[in-house]
Amino acid sequence: MAQTVKINVTVNGRQYEREVEPRLLLSDFIRHDLGLTGTHVGCEHGLCGACTILMDGEAVRSCTIFAVQADGHEIQTVESLGTPEKLHPLQEAFIEKHALQCGFCTPGFLMTILDYLGDNPNPTEEEIREAIDGNFCRCTGYFNIIEAVKLAAEKMASH
Amino acid sequence: MAGKFVHQSIKRIEDPELITANVQFLDDINLPGMLHAAFKRSDYAHARIKSIDVSEARKLPGVIGVYTAEDFGDYVKPGPLQVPPPTAIKGATYVARTTMPIAKDKVRYAGEPVAIVIAESRYIAEDACDLIYVDYEPLEAVVDLEKALQPGSPLVHDDLPSNEAGHVRQERGSWEQAVKEADLIIKRKFFINRNAGAAMENRGIIVQWDKQAKQMTIWCGTQSVIALRNQTAARLGLFESQVRVITPNTGGGFGPKINTSLPDDVLITYLAMKLERPIKWFEDRRENFLATTSERDQVHYCEIAVKRDGTIVGLKDFFYHNTGAYNPYMMTVPLNSQTHTVTNYRVPNFLTEFYVVFTNQMIVTPVRGAGRQYGVFVMERMLDAAAKELGMSPVEIRRKNLLPANAYPYYTSIIGQDFVEGVLDSGDYPTAFEKTLELIEYDKFVNEVQPKLRAEGRKVGIGVACFSEGTGVGPYEGARVTVGGNGKVVVTTGYTSQGQAHYTTFAQIVADQLGVDVKDVKVITGDTGYFGWGAGTFASRGITVAGTATHLAAQKVRQKALKLASKILEAPEEELELADGVVRVADIPSKFISLGELAIIANPMRGTMEPGAEPGLEAVAYYGPPYGATGAGAVGLILEVDPETMQVSLEKMAFVHDCGTPVNPMVVDGQIHGGIQMGIGDAFYEELIYDENGQLVTASFMDYLFPQATDMPKKLVLGHMETPSPLNPLGIKGVGEAGAIPIPSVFTQAVENALQDTGVEFDRDTLSPSRIFTYVQQAKGA
Repeated sequence: MAQTVKINVTVNGRQYEREVEPRLLLSDFIRHDLGLTGTHVGCEHGLCGACTILMDGEAVRSCTIFAVQADGHEIQTVESLGTPEKLHPLQEAFIEKHALQCGFCTPGFLMTILDYLGDNPNPTEEEIREAIDGNFCRCTGYFNIIEAVKLAAEKMASH
Repeated sequence: MAGKFVHQSIKRIEDPELITANVQFLDDINLPGMLHAAFKRSDYAHARIKSIDVSEARKLPGVIGVYTAEDFGDYVKPGPLQVPPPTAIKGATYVARTTMPIAKDKVRYAGEPVAIVIAESRYIAEDACDLIYVDYEPLEAVVDLEKALQPGSPLVHDDLPSNEAGHVRQERGSWEQAVKEADLIIKRKFFINRNAGAAMENRGIIVQWDKQAKQMTIWCGTQSVIALRNQTAARLGLFESQVRVITPNTGGGFGPKINTSLPDDVLITYLAMKLERPIKWFEDRRENFLATTSERDQVHYCEIAVKRDGTIVGLKDFFYHNTGAYNPYMMTVPLNSQTHTVTNYRVPNFLTEFYVVFTNQMIVTPVRGAGRQYGVFVMERMLDAAAKELGMSPVEIRRKNLLPANAYPYYTSIIGQDFVEGVLDSGDYPTAFEKTLELIEYDKFVNEVQPKLRAEGRKVGIGVACFSEGTGVGPYEGARVTVGGNGKVVVTTGYTSQGQAHYTTFAQIVADQLGVDVKDVKVITGDTGYFGWGAGTFASRGITVAGTATHLAAQKVRQKALKLASKILEAPEEELELADGVVRVADIPSKFISLGELAIIANPMRGTMEPGAEPGLEAVAYYGPPYGATGAGAVGLILEVDPETMQVSLEKMAFVHDCGTPVNPMVVDGQIHGGIQMGIGDAFYEELIYDENGQLVTASFMDYLFPQATDMPKKLVLGHMETPSPLNPLGIKGVGEAGAIPIPSVFTQAVENALQDTGVEFDRDTLSPSRIFTYVQQAKGA
């Protein structure tokens, strides 16, 4: 068996101590070791953005980070947002604007936008397009995602 | 046709669970004791396998087994055809060389599996693949479509006399006659490129064999659970009832997920039985690019015969179609190209002929659009060429030749992918065209905006193109509608979902029939344990075919509820209504019985039943149309080309479409939006490029450019039309592929218009900055 390394990671406010292989991807660690399967893997080469999570509050691609690199860091995944009964305003906006179809890329978009709106709560349309440019979607053509970000910005400002 | 729910933009029922990750996609499923598979894939496009050494791989700790073709014995053989040959077309010829689940003796495309590893983890399985040594004798690869048919070309299949996989020729009227009548004949050659479906979720499969129960369960994001179940059962000698196929939430389909009897499902079902442990395989993106199916390249030689005034008298199109190394999907794609070449226009004489060609490339099967866009592309390009030669505007020549609004039903004489003569059931193409011109403000742009900007040296252009989309073809789909004792309704269908909102739209249809709230209708799609009949998710046929079956089943349940309630309430059926989850006497609202109570009464536990009566508030219905319902529309585009970089910026797009009754207009818009993204990819970004050795050089998102948010039009205006289809009771036509179809046509026209001063003309459907630059240099004679 390959050598393992002990890591301590805080995910969605909960602390985990795990033994992992140094080569284990953070995306696989989150999904398969911790069972938080809301983070999706679309390309495993850092392009599509489906696996985007927040690490210490910054949106990053979990498929191009090793789990060991997350040692001592704080991670936030889509599971930290709302529940079906109590949605996060960003999730509400996505539903209201029909900004998801198959829903596979959506968690990555949500985490990217969450980080972005934290830094820029009142973006222009052009800025929104730039902000989500690193996330791929095959179903929506992005049009409704852009609308959802506008609506989410309004909702989050009034929260 | 509008109802309380049908024709309303109901928010999607599936969204709250989906957006909070309270759902299961394939790779989210982990079963106890589950093993993982990885494929060793060929590095060569064409080579003989001299030997495979798996000894080192087998020794790696954690590896359960390494298997090559030899280990499967007689089990490994070419799979069944997924689509029948077009024997309905007179004179059509074909040979079938269907998918080999694992290469035996010879590899025919780069990425074809030569071995499969089963291990305790995916990481170990991939490690083991690196320890497999294959000794190949490389052969010359068949890559170029036209050279492939020349004598002396290397052969993809050694037992065939040539690389020809099929030939179809169809004619309406007489091309010869058109040549006689024409004032002018214009000839062009066009190249069509290869594209990937590129669903954000790759393909995958999990197979569990329960030895005690003798029951196999397959989880797979397939577009056809029925095909997967039936082919698996037949291959393994099981009853269909011993195989249950379940589609988890699926991250997009777009065509390639329709295929069954591919290496993964053939080999993993076998190994899960043999090893008596569940096995998961989840494709990675590189494998998806290399070895899932993708779509075509074609080369067209086209001639259009016109009068001086722009009237089309005929069209002749001859093309080659690349089917890749195997042809399990037969001719769906080239037949779609053929049927969609002239649908929007009056073309009295039409000769269309194609050859299907084997090459050492991945297998070609439909991707959103499925060949329709290339028929449309060829026609629209020919109109542009004719307009230029005749000194007409692109608008004028289209206006002159569009089928009039009173032309339907219009019999095309051309047999399509459903093996019946194409019939345009309904539509109003001229109005769609005029509406598009209005929305894109064509005249204003050409007369005011463009001259001003051109004077400033800016390269701005406009284009306008028409399209049709044959949708909702047969054979059939079915649905069961059941009212529970809780008064809520379940719909089950063999149709599968990959994000199209069936959980909402099918519920809307049922809610209207049964007078219940849309939220009280639960839709279950794509699970053979619930519903075991159907063909699959293709050809934009979900809402048209499965939706209509759902409607018919709901109507039957409605009749049952009325009949039973009439007895209980002692009132004639005509005086009853279904609303608010009850059946009530319309004039005496206090006199009612709930659907839940009726459902319980309808399933008596003792006593007798009337002869011929069927239990439950439940019904099954099937729907199969005589031919598909044809949607249509038009698109206008304004763009700007940067003369330094040749990058194109899409300023405004106007898209008018007609899909009959939109069951959920919000969802329809979403379908159009997504199609446009794929169309833009097709026109400017996405391309699967093979080098002369048959190596795919664009096998990652670094090289295969996927359109992103900043690549979309800055402004998009949708226009809606509704000419209901007479083929089904709700008047529906499909819309899933519409958005993708006309974009390459309008894009090339608009870029040409922007660069008008250079005299450039494009002969391919996928441009790029460097391509545009090259074309412009050529036009300048540089």
